[in-house]
Amino acid sequence: MAIQEPPQVDLNRIGLTKGDYRGRPSTLCKGCGHDSISQRIISVAYDLALKPTQVIKLSGIGCSSKTPAYFMNQSHGFNGLHGRMPSMATGATLANHSLTAIAVSGDGDTVSIGLGQFKHLVRRNVPMLYIVENNGVYGLTKGQFSATADKGQELKYAGRNELPPIDVCLEALVGDCGFVARSFAGDPRQVEQLLKAALSHRGTAVIDIISPCVTFNDHDDSTKSYAYGKAHEEVISDFGFVPAYEEINIDYAEGEIADVRMHDGSHVRLKKLDSGYDPRDRFAAMRLMQEAHQNQTFLTGLIYINEDRPSLQEMEHLPETPLAQLPMEKLRPSREALAKVLADL
Amino acid sequence: MSTITRPDLAPPEALESPVGVNNFSIVAATVNGSGSQTANNTLVRALFKMGIPTTGKNLFPSNIAGLPTWFLIRVSSEGYITRREKSEILVAMNRATVTEDIAKVPAGGVVIVPLEWKIPQDRTDLTYYALPVQQFAKESGANAKLQPYVANMVYVGALTALLGIDEAEIEAALSYHFGGKRRPIELNLGVVKAAIAYIRANITKTDPFRVQRMQATTNKVLIDGNSAAALGAVFGGFTVCAWYPITPSTSLVDALIDYAKDLRVDADTGVHNYAIVQSEDEIAALGMVVGAGWAGARSMTATSGPGISLMTEYTGLAYFTEIPAVIWDIMRMGPSTGLPTRVSQGDVLSVYYLGHGDTRQVCLLPANMAECFEFGWKAFDLAERLQTPVFVLSDLDLGMNTWMTDQFEYPTQPLDRGKVLTAEQLAELKNTWERYGDQDGDGIGQRTLPGTDSPYAAYFTRGSGHNKYALYTERGDEWEANLARLHRKHEYARTIVPAPVVDEMADARIGIIAYGSSDPAVQEARARLANVGVKTSYLRLKALPVNATVVDFIRKYDRVYVVENNYDGQMRKILQTEVPDRANQLIQLAHCDGLPLSSEFVAQGIVNLEKEQ
Repeated sequence: MAIQEPPQVDLNRIGLTKGDYRGRPSTLCKGCGHDSISQRIISVAYDLALKPTQVIKLSGIGCSSKTPAYFMNQSHGFNGLHGRMPSMATGATLANHSLTAIAVSGDGDTVSIGLGQFKHLVRRNVPMLYIVENNGVYGLTKGQFSATADKGQELKYAGRNELPPIDVCLEALVGDCGFVARSFAGDPRQVEQLLKAALSHRGTAVIDIISPCVTFNDHDDSTKSYAYGKAHEEVISDFGFVPAYEEINIDYAEGEIADVRMHDGSHVRLKKLDSGYDPRDRFAAMRLMQEAHQNQTFLTGLIYINEDRPSLQEMEHLPETPLAQLPMEKLRPSREALAKVLADL
Repeated sequence: MSTITRPDLAPPEALESPVGVNNFSIVAATVNGSGSQTANNTLVRALFKMGIPTTGKNLFPSNIAGLPTWFLIRVSSEGYITRREKSEILVAMNRATVTEDIAKVPAGGVVIVPLEWKIPQDRTDLTYYALPVQQFAKESGANAKLQPYVANMVYVGALTALLGIDEAEIEAALSYHFGGKRRPIELNLGVVKAAIAYIRANITKTDPFRVQRMQATTNKVLIDGNSAAALGAVFGGFTVCAWYPITPSTSLVDALIDYAKDLRVDADTGVHNYAIVQSEDEIAALGMVVGAGWAGARSMTATSGPGISLMTEYTGLAYFTEIPAVIWDIMRMGPSTGLPTRVSQGDVLSVYYLGHGDTRQVCLLPANMAECFEFGWKAFDLAERLQTPVFVLSDLDLGMNTWMTDQFEYPTQPLDRGKVLTAEQLAELKNTWERYGDQDGDGIGQRTLPGTDSPYAAYFTRGSGHNKYALYTERGDEWEANLARLHRKHEYARTIVPAPVVDEMADARIGIIAYGSSDPAVQEARARLANVGVKTSYLRLKALPVNATVVDFIRKYDRVYVVENNYDGQMRKILQTEVPDRANQLIQLAHCDGLPLSSEFVAQGIVNLEKEQ
């Protein structure tokens, strides 16, 4: 007779279970794309063995912005103001640049009310992962168009949208963002792969994830629906992610891959470059996004990557010890220093 | 019964400052952008270094170049530093305003004017001194572009000769201004000397105004309030400053950048133990400050009224999520764009209640340079102790004008970082700690900082309803319990914010309450009033919310005049809500024409209002 073994609990590199990365129960609608993204964040944080106490979760206002409560309970979270999370994130990461910042926003939060702060965040290259859970519609106020809604799109109460959409990825590219990606909540493998790479990026990493709203915008003719995404998703680029703690295996023929060494020592291995698209080419990325609009195609994958630009925190000449943890002797100059200033007046 | 002995018999002159040696005012009327600041600051510094109490006030337009500007210099042997209504000596350097400027000079006054203008010297009650200003500028050796600038040195020289200012002090002041650079010092000094020689050779002084050395400025320094505030912040350990340029607060951050570079950069590594970020607007500025405060930085911003409007939403969030932040509001005249370069105390009411819902903010009210410095560091201690935004309501007069002050006192208390739990404490407390609880009865919960290495450290910060464990709630009882605790925190704040300064006169039956830059006018007015038999007691507020001393003071006097530089009597309104049973005994003495209050306004105003009693 076989001996009954205790149930095996898988521990990651720092000895935590996946449960240690869970959040509170979600209060979003059943089937919401956002919940699936929260699960992807949990998986990735567990896989990468992020230390939860060294992660901060930031968000604005909206359905998407509620989700930081639904993952990583052992991380500090701040659910701030509508469209103004980027400034808060800038301040928090200046105060403590050693933390890993994960921000979750929505299409209304990022490009309707928050476009200004979003652009300036990207421009400053604040080191953080910035996820846009994009469903083209306002959920909490029940079904108004956001600025990412496609032209000609119809909604039950809001009617027909006659305005062109603002493209999150294109705006990020124009702002010189060094990590721009688009994905689909219905493609968990790709979402996870992109999250891992983005978390290793030097500055602001923007992932625009089409995340269907099952209540207000999931009808078949909506470009932000599950059905549309499943039917139309075209992956533009494939890549491998090798975390800093793993060795790189050479399993590609010469010329087939290009290696991008990330800020934290991990690697993004770009594949199938010969197929024509190179995500290191910013102009090509902009062109691709414009063509996607013109041709109404739903392109996903890593759109642009560039590790060269220093982050805001690097430009500020900050000490290794986070500003928030500096001891008093670094904060208050001496009595003699004051006397000298006054003597010089 | 009032003890006032017939204030109606007091002649208005009795309420004015005496005039004579070391007691007069100069007004230099110039064109904005003509470089007159060098001339004005040189005079102020030279007079100050002669040991004579001196103040300089720049009354300037919202303009880069071309509009009229006036600079007031007052010397006062008694040490008064208020703006006076009259200036005995006019330096007329602006042709566009010269007629109007001369008309304002009181009888017995002096007019210094360019000879080339050929101004009719038709007021027999004035002394005119005409100097070939343009000729001196041309002969100075300065190029055409610099000539209008050095032309201002003509009046420095004229006043030096006419008033008896020590030439060595003028030279020292120029050297200070130009950081010891020989060429500009010599160029300007050359014009000064030419003007002095001209006066001695061509003009017979017939006016009574002159200065003589005193010992009244020993150990004092000259500084502006924005620089003092910045210096205070540097010694208060600020670590993050996010800001957006707006007059009259910009020079505070300019000074912060300079002082931080000198005092807060590690000499050996070159790393900055701080970060200063210019944001895209004031919404983002306060957003950065709040984010930084949440993560444990001592964070601050500086702004003015329109910026405060934009910061309102983040203020409400920080108030309710209980995050420390320091916000300097260098008040200017509103509403809207208003008069951006003119002073007012017009943000008091809106800032005290800033935010929607039930909010009351902690406001510090500096009245002098020492307090600008002191509140520069103390605001951080209060913000972190109270876990709330702390506003410092300075204004343009304090912030941008040069004042003499005693040496600043080095802060002796260590930084107060408030109730921040460590990983060690959390190992004991586990998940029993209460982010929004009230363990100590002061209404202040405990907080943890992101990055604290404990599985019990994290909590979720949200502007929506939360209970004492920072968990989401929409329960009415939990909502009200939280507001009741915030109320207790505000009550506790009364006991730890800077206490008012009280100066009572024996037998006084009337009181005066003032704050901030209105203080100098009240101080001088009280002396003038006492001379005509009107005894007053004085309470100067240093902070909101008010403490019990303020309530007692208001109850003690028959009438209490609330003196302030705004139209609606904003502080009076706040005080009326604090002591509603004395609302009718709180009398408004408010004025706002863009200028700092004068002692004449205060003294005459109280006399006039007393007549009505």
